Formats: sequence, structure tokens, C-alpha cells
Amino acid sequence: MKRVLAKLISVCLTLLMVLPMLAGCGSSSEEIIIGSIGPLTGGAATYGNSVKNGMQIAVDEINAAGGINGVKLKLEFMDDENDASKAKTAFENLMDKGMDVLVGCVTSVPSVAINDLVLEEGILQITPSASQKEAAQNPNSFRLCFTDPLQGTTMAEYAYNTLGYRKAAVVYNQDDSYSTGILETFRARFTELGGTVVVEAPFSNTTEDFSAHVTKIQDTDADYVLLPFYNDMAAKFLTAASAKSLALPLIGSDGMDGILNYLQGEDAKLAEGLIYLTPFIASDPDEKVQQFVATYTERHGDAPDQFAADGYDCVYVIKAAMEKAGVTSNDIDNEALVAAMHEITVDGLTGSVSFDENGEPLKGAKFAKIEDGKYVAVQG
Amino acid sequence: MQTFISTLIDGLSLGSLYALVALGYSMVYGIAKMLNFAHGDVIMVGIYVLFVALGAMGTSPLMLTIAALIMIVFCALLGFTIEKLAYKPLRAASPLSVLITAIGVSYLLQNLALLIFGSRQQKVPTYFHLGSIYIGGVQIELLSLLILAVTIVVMILLSIFINKTKLGSAMLAVSEDKGAAQLMGINVNATISLTFVIGSALAGVGALLYAAKMPWVGPYTGSVFGIKAFAAAVFGGIGSIPGAMIGGVLIGIIEAMMNVFLPDVLSNASDGFAYLVLIIMLVIKPTGLLGRKHVEKV
Repeated sequence: MKRVLAKLISVCLTLLMVLPMLAGCGSSSEEIIIGSIGPLTGGAATYGNSVKNGMQIAVDEINAAGGINGVKLKLEFMDDENDASKAKTAFENLMDKGMDVLVGCVTSVPSVAINDLVLEEGILQITPSASQKEAAQNPNSFRLCFTDPLQGTTMAEYAYNTLGYRKAAVVYNQDDSYSTGILETFRARFTELGGTVVVEAPFSNTTEDFSAHVTKIQDTDADYVLLPFYNDMAAKFLTAASAKSLALPLIGSDGMDGILNYLQGEDAKLAEGLIYLTPFIASDPDEKVQQFVATYTERHGDAPDQFAADGYDCVYVIKAAMEKAGVTSNDIDNEALVAAMHEITVDGLTGSVSFDENGEPLKGAKFAKIEDGKYVAVQG
Repeated sequence: MQTFISTLIDGLSLGSLYALVALGYSMVYGIAKMLNFAHGDVIMVGIYVLFVALGAMGTSPLMLTIAALIMIVFCALLGFTIEKLAYKPLRAASPLSVLITAIGVSYLLQNLALLIFGSRQQKVPTYFHLGSIYIGGVQIELLSLLILAVTIVVMILLSIFINKTKLGSAMLAVSEDKGAAQLMGINVNATISLTFVIGSALAGVGALLYAAKMPWVGPYTGSVFGIKAFAAAVFGGIGSIPGAMIGGVLIGIIEAMMNVFLPDVLSNASDGFAYLVLIIMLVIKPTGLLGRKHVEKV
């Protein structure tokens, strides 16, 4: 009796082990797996979740339209909590799951950390939003967003050529390489064009009162003020600027996006007229953008930000590259796919994009303006 | 010239805020002989109370008065509680233990705020709609003048209280010699509690003016500000009430001037300047500008 029971148990256990393998084989063999890594929890969680939600919408759309040459896509997103070592573990896990291309990482530090691992595997990598220069340096890695240095150049050209400003005042965060990085390239390009930077007023992460910075700017003959830093500090600057009646036009970097979350109700008028660089504006009348905003809002309850649009565009970039490379199954020739990346141009939510020989995006900048407490697209 | 005057007024109002906070540091040090490093965080708690109260009740003058009173009483009670729970049990312990406990209380308050309100900066509703006046083309914010005036009034009231009332005399006595004061029938514990209550209420007044000028609050608001105010207290002579006022105003003016008039590259350093002043003062005159030299008799 005992023996029979033992046999029965062993048969059951064997079945338990074998069945999931069979099940696994059945479902995923014909899908292309897009892996992605970003923070879904922790302080930077909004970025990862936005990218994930944006990508899922693109994947669903493509699958509903029949996939890529008939092959369906599958999104596997893993949390790295914006941590370098967790990103490495996530990457290994995704490779075990049979990842074919990687969209990630969402943030800069984890992206830099996994660079060499991705190079070793040879698969195509596109980061939607890691703006640090070092985040996409290998031949198989590409970037969809502007780099920090490129932002500085773009803002210099916009101010000098489009708006006709000649004298810039800059307020910047000396504790943040994002801010100093933009300042460096901005200064270089703006002076090269023939403009002058009349004052550079630094502040630090602990600065609360910007009165002195505003006074310093008012003491010069600047045409406008450049604000290359994040929205939380910008809100403080705007409070002081309004108290001291600073009358100059203000132009910010993409870190300004979301500033109205800090300035609600009657405070929104502090930011009135502020122009800032952004890859994506939810109020853009473009039909594609409006359709995306509608789908996103229906699924998640609030309007998408630039990260969601970046994630969405990355999936369509991959689709275009795979069609160009003639991918017809999940058995992908990585070299051909990487080569195809340099030949495509994709008209996405964040503008029309192609890639240069270094894998950096070639695309026009968009500028948004705050009017009546809303983000409005500026023709630039 | 316009820039100079405008900067001077900025410096005066910033310096008055430092002075108001330095008064709290100085008083507690002068009487209880301990550094209350949680003082800056009491300001943060005060601003959060104001933030919640104004958010719930609106910013009409009546509601503002009620909210401000609630906030100042809350700060005073918080000071009382901190003293009772954290410092009183250590009355006989070494000054170092008390100092470390004070730092612990500071972290406790910051992390409680982090837990309750999250790490994000919040905007405090604007409540003083004072605007500006223009004199000879120079814009003068009336808020700056209000801050200066309130600080001066508070300083005068505090001086009168300490020098002219019985409770004030009891404080001075405790400050001179705890043991002897006790023998003379002064309730030392009650006197020290009262010192904390007044010091924390001053932090509450500071919070009201601070949030009018810089209407943002996060868990770490006030901590760096508190340390600079402490430097101001030492600069002016810790334990001295006029010293705290002079130290605060001087540090405020020097900081604002450095921010505006130093070349761009050097103005990076203005943040550290308060600490540099502190070090130089400690080397040249350890008792501060108005501090008295205390002769230890053996």
C-alpha cells in the first residue's frame, strides 16, 4: 500500500514539473518579447509607470492591427526602483524570459549600469528617457529623448533665432549635473551665435529664497531668463520673481514639465507665459496625440506625460526597424535590426525621429507655453 | 544704487527671520544650557500646521488669525512635549547626551513629516496680500517691512519679559545657577519648561513669516535655515537677546549682498558664508559680538 502511494506521489510530482514547461512552450514561442526596465516603485516611480503604460498602449494597438509581419508582440516590464544593481538583475531575468529587444532603462543611472551587459548580448536597446550622455554609447544602443547637452544647444538656437533674444540671464542649480550640463552647452552655442550671457546666478538644493537672484537679474539689461532646472525649484523661483515684479520672459528646460502640479488654482498665474522645451504636449491638436491621450486617460484616469509618449514611440520605432529588417518570427538577426535602425524615420508622438550614427535622435524640439493655467503648444 | 537698496531690504527681511529663529536658540541655550537642534524643525511643523489649517478654512483675515493662533499654540505645546519627553530625563546627563538627543528629535520630526505628508514640496496658500510700495524707483515689498517690524517688537517684548517680570527673573536665576535657584524656592523644571514653550512659540511666529515670504513646505524645510540661524546666534553671542537680533540681521544682509554683488563664480560660496562667519567668530571672540565672558570660579 505504501509503495503504491509513493509511486502515485512521484507521478504527480513529475507531472507538476513537466506541465508548466509544456504550457510555457505553447504560448510564447511565436511572440516577440519586448523587455523593459524602469522604476515602478520608489521615488522615481511615476517615470517607470508612465513609460510602461505608454508602451502597453502601443503594443496593444500593434497586436490589434495584426502585429509585425503577422508576429504578435509581448511586453515584459521589470521594476528596478531606479537602482543600478536591481537593473542588472532585472536584465538577466528578462534575458531568461527570452527578451528580443530592450526598451530601457527609463532613468540614467541604471541605464549606464547595464550598458555592457546589453552589448554582450548584442540585442537592440532603445532608452526612452535616460538623458545622461553615457546612457546610450554602444553601437547597439539608441536613445529617443534629447540628451542634456543637446537641450542646451536647442534652447540657445530657439532663443536667438526664433525669439530674437540677444542677452540671456541664467539661473542654475550648481548641485545638479542636469542643470550645469545644459548651462555649459547653452553658453557655448548662444555666444557662438553672437549672443551674450549677461549673468549666471547659481543656487543650491537647499536654496529657499530667490529674492537675491531676481535682484541680480534686474540689475542687468538681460532680454530674458533661462531656467534650466526642475519644476520644484522653479516654483520657488517664480514665487520670488512675482513678488519682485520681474518682467522678463522666462524659458525653461524639459524639467519644467509638470510645474502646474506645484502651482494650482490661483498660483498658476505665477507661471503664466513661461515657455519650456518638451518632447510632448498633451494638448497638442495633432490627431495621433489626441487619440493617444484619449486612450491613456480612459485606461489610467489622468492625462499622459512625456514619459508615456516616449515609451509609446519606442515601441513604434522597434516596429519600423523590424519591418525594415524583414523580421518574420522571433528569431531575430540583431545586426540587421541595428543596421535598420539607422535607416528608418518614424513620425511619433514626440515628433518625427531618425537616428544618427551614434544612436542619438534627430528630431525637432517642441516648446510649450503656459497660458491661463494650461500647457499650450508653441509653434517653433 | 537702486539694486543696493533693494538688496539691503531683502537682507534685512531675511536677517530678521534668522534673528527670530536665533532668539529661540539663544534663549534655550542661555537658560537651559543646551542646544535645541530640533528648533528649525519646529518651524517646519508650524508651516505644515498652517498649510493644513489654511487649506481647510481658507485665507480670509479671520481664518488666518485663527489658523495662526492654532499654529503658534501647537508649536508651543510641541516644544513643551519635546522638553518633557526627550530632555527632562537627561537633566543630570552630560551635555553631549543631550545634544545627541536633540539631533535625534530633529530626525524624528523630519521623518514623521515625511511619513504623513510625503517628500514632495507643498505650496502654502498665499495669505498676506500686501504688495509693494515704490520709493524713488525702488520696489519695497511691504512683507519685508512687516517681518522686520514683527522681529523688533518680539525682541523688545522678550527683553521686557526677562528683565522686568518675576518669571523672567526666575529664568535668569536658573541660567546663573540651577542649584542655587532651587534653594531659593524657584521651580527649576517649570522654568525650563516655560523657556521651551516661549522659544517654540517664537518658532511659530517665525513659521508664520517664513511661509509668507517662502510659501513652500517639505519635511526638510527649516533645517538648513535653523542651522544658519544658529550660526547667527553664536555670531551675536549665544545667550544674548540683542546679540541674536544683531547676529541674524548681519548674516542676512551679508548673505544677500554676497549673492548679488560678488562675481558669478564666487557667489556660489554665499551659502557657506554663514558657517565661515561662525568659524572666524569662534576663533577671534568665542563669546560672540555681545556675549559676556563668564569667569569660572574654582
